Amino acid sequence: MNTPILEMKNITKTFPGVKALSDVSFEVAAGEIHCLVGENGAGKSTLMKVLSGVYPHGDYSGDILFEGKVQKFRGIADSEKAGIAIIYQELALIPEMTVYENILLGHELRKGLGVDWNETVRKADEMLKRVRLNINPETKVKDLGVGRQQLVEIAKALSKDVKLLILDEPTAALNEDDCDNLLELLRHLKKDGVTSVLISHKLKEVIRIADTVTVLRDGQTICTLDASKGEVGEQVLIKHMVGREINNIYPDRRRGDAGEVVLEVRDWNAYDAKLGRTVLKDVSFKLRKGEIVGFAGLMGSGRTELAKSIFGNPDGYELKGELLVKGKPVRLRSPKDAIEAGIAYATEDRKGNGLILIQDVKQNITLANLAQISQRGVVNKNAEVKAATEYKDALNIKTPSVEQIVVNLSGGNQQKVSVAKWLFVQPDVLFLDEPTRGIDVGAKYEIYGIMNKLVERGMSIVMISSELPEVLGMSDRIYIVSSGRIAGELPVAEATQEKIMQLATN
Amino acid sequence: MTVKDLQKAVRQNIRDYGMYIALIIIMAIFTIATKGIFISSRNIANLLNQTGYIAVLAVGMTLVIIIRHIDLSVGFLSGFLGAIAAVALVNWHLNVWLTLVLVLVLGILAGLLTALPVAKLGIPSFVASLAGWLIYRGALLMVTSSTGTIIIPDKIFNAIGNAYIPDIMPADTTFLHGLHKLTLLIGLLAIVWFIFREIGARKSKQAYNFEVPPADMFVLKLVFMAIVLGLITWVLAGYNGMSWTVVIMIAVVLIFDYIAKQTVLGRHIYAVGGNPEAAELSGISVKKITFMVFGAMGLLTALSGILFASRLQSATPTGGTLFELDCIAAAYIGGVSAAGGVGKITGSLVGALVYMSLMNGMNLMGTDISLQYVIRGAVLAAAVIFDVTTRKVRR
Repeated sequence: MNTPILEMKNITKTFPGVKALSDVSFEVAAGEIHCLVGENGAGKSTLMKVLSGVYPHGDYSGDILFEGKVQKFRGIADSEKAGIAIIYQELALIPEMTVYENILLGHELRKGLGVDWNETVRKADEMLKRVRLNINPETKVKDLGVGRQQLVEIAKALSKDVKLLILDEPTAALNEDDCDNLLELLRHLKKDGVTSVLISHKLKEVIRIADTVTVLRDGQTICTLDASKGEVGEQVLIKHMVGREINNIYPDRRRGDAGEVVLEVRDWNAYDAKLGRTVLKDVSFKLRKGEIVGFAGLMGSGRTELAKSIFGNPDGYELKGELLVKGKPVRLRSPKDAIEAGIAYATEDRKGNGLILIQDVKQNITLANLAQISQRGVVNKNAEVKAATEYKDALNIKTPSVEQIVVNLSGGNQQKVSVAKWLFVQPDVLFLDEPTRGIDVGAKYEIYGIMNKLVERGMSIVMISSELPEVLGMSDRIYIVSSGRIAGELPVAEATQEKIMQLATN
Repeated sequence: MTVKDLQKAVRQNIRDYGMYIALIIIMAIFTIATKGIFISSRNIANLLNQTGYIAVLAVGMTLVIIIRHIDLSVGFLSGFLGAIAAVALVNWHLNVWLTLVLVLVLGILAGLLTALPVAKLGIPSFVASLAGWLIYRGALLMVTSSTGTIIIPDKIFNAIGNAYIPDIMPADTTFLHGLHKLTLLIGLLAIVWFIFREIGARKSKQAYNFEVPPADMFVLKLVFMAIVLGLITWVLAGYNGMSWTVVIMIAVVLIFDYIAKQTVLGRHIYAVGGNPEAAELSGISVKKITFMVFGAMGLLTALSGILFASRLQSATPTGGTLFELDCIAAAYIGGVSAAGGVGKITGSLVGALVYMSLMNGMNLMGTDISLQYVIRGAVLAAAVIFDVTTRKVRR
């Protein structure tokens, strides 16, 4: 093993009432790709915030050694100066600025009193080459896809002579191609002498790329595994992460014969007048009572748009085609109409447009169906607490009380609140858009269990997911969406990852 | 109940009650500085009458800010609607009740008009209402251009801003000499109503098997609130009793507080403020809520215009000047958040009282007007800083 570039020794960090990190040690060798895994709330992000100086020296106990020297970072500026760059899942780019402005933002190249724009563009171009991104640096960041924005962010880090690059769940929002591309880039940078730390929930990619894996659980280092010795494997990682073995991550369910058709879409077309593009073209599909239908496809293929266009069309697309609920043609003009017709939609972006983060658990759960707990327009707050507590218990939402503000919950528990909210409207059809994105293995397993229970009780679920194993593991049938069309339909028995990818990329 | 529990309770509630404490401190300071004149029944009655038209506006503005908007047009709209009332009474010889209804309806329409470009086209409310500010300023000047200030002779109309509720017994009886009996009676009824409501809420919580505060804490709270209500009643009864302005102000605060806290509509308003997209996807029409909130703002603006014109017994070409900024300041002092989704109706009343106490108290002390502005600005800044910092340590 090479000499360590980073040693974090006996790091302990407490928040009021919670020990987030307890005596954690973390060592990264120079020139390796080191993966950091653990369930949500295991302390990965806290550890990285300690390292980057977000929690300044003195806020935690323990030592940080970077390149052999003890470091006392008082802020991000200090850690950046030392050569540590962190790229968060929520990108820190300015959408309205160009790529080259973004890359040199914060350490602009000066000429006299102003900025040396020619040199800026040249340097940005050089950095874009290093991340192998072939775009015009004059492009505005908002015009790039998420995958490319991520690369711009890495280019920005490289322009600061980074020695240790930390990526916090970089692939969570990326499609397969962009993922591959990013992982390939990390290997490439490794050759250039850049050490990377990758935080990820996607164990397959961890296994693919890691030289070393450190597992955190409940704020403690559980183990550090060496890939070259063959210590890294999916079952091993899951076992260490959750502290128990999950043999079948997709729980079994009774698969009876599907019932009558509850939702049908015929020749569905959507046109986005604001952006002037066709979003959906001639989409037709059926959903039967008591089945889970998976919608696979690449990011941006039109799956979310399809769900929203059915769910009352809040984005105001121009729609053509037929929508039948339980055999009857309907026109749903707003999410309110859709909810009344028995359709619910849990969004992919639970923080952005799913939950109201500043409100508490009970208010979020009851929001879409306040009528249930009110008389003559007046909310019965006791009935509300009772109802919310029932859902909290049924879905095993980990929170001290239903009065807890949602922003304080972990990602997995927020997702459960989002599901609880839509169960509270007692729908016949539930659209789940990326129901397990960014949540840990244990919570995923629980969400799958909940989905199974719901369909056994006769609900029908449409699951939109970018994780193919999940689509294969949970669905009865799979539709593959590509460029706003249904590219194919596969019964789960015939579906494989390869077949789906082939159709999705067609 | 230990000292530690009490400390914890204080920490958790400091944000909710911070403004009440600030109000009490400000009133205490002025009482000492004016050798008791400030707290005299006569001055408190005067202070409450001054606060009326700003408090009513602050209630509406709080709702507007909760849904992440602002309404700059309310100042001159209030002046303009006051002038319309004057014209209706003086020139058109309209019945006073008809005039009131007309002005209130016009207020709602004006509010809906401001909401139209905001809700339908997504125009920022700052711009839409700035246009309204200019338009209503012009309209006010137009209405008053020929006559200048319009004197209102109507007794009923002028009573709204100046008169006090009648008494059931003459004040100079030996029984409770010099006190306003009906005000005392209303205060007593309010205390009884409050106690019954609290006991009812506690019982219904127990019926659900929810945890309730310990009985001694509960009784302590009841006693404390009864004393506060009793003191307010006593002070008010010491002068002419409750004014009609105070009655209107309290009614507005109670009604809007009830809507905000207890009703589905209120919950929808907070949801739209907390996350408009999530609210829309939860089946709430953001447009409808925007119209309703601006409509309510318009209604309260009209009410404020009536209160102000009635108080002056006239409509002037400069009526309503800077009301919009005064009520925005009051709303922020009362704890509303510009980020949306946070704020209380009772907070806006306290904010308005803090703001007007400063003005009233400094006037009594003869403080120079230039210094008054500086101090009011400092208090606004302090209130917002307090709000932001206490929000951070809430967990």
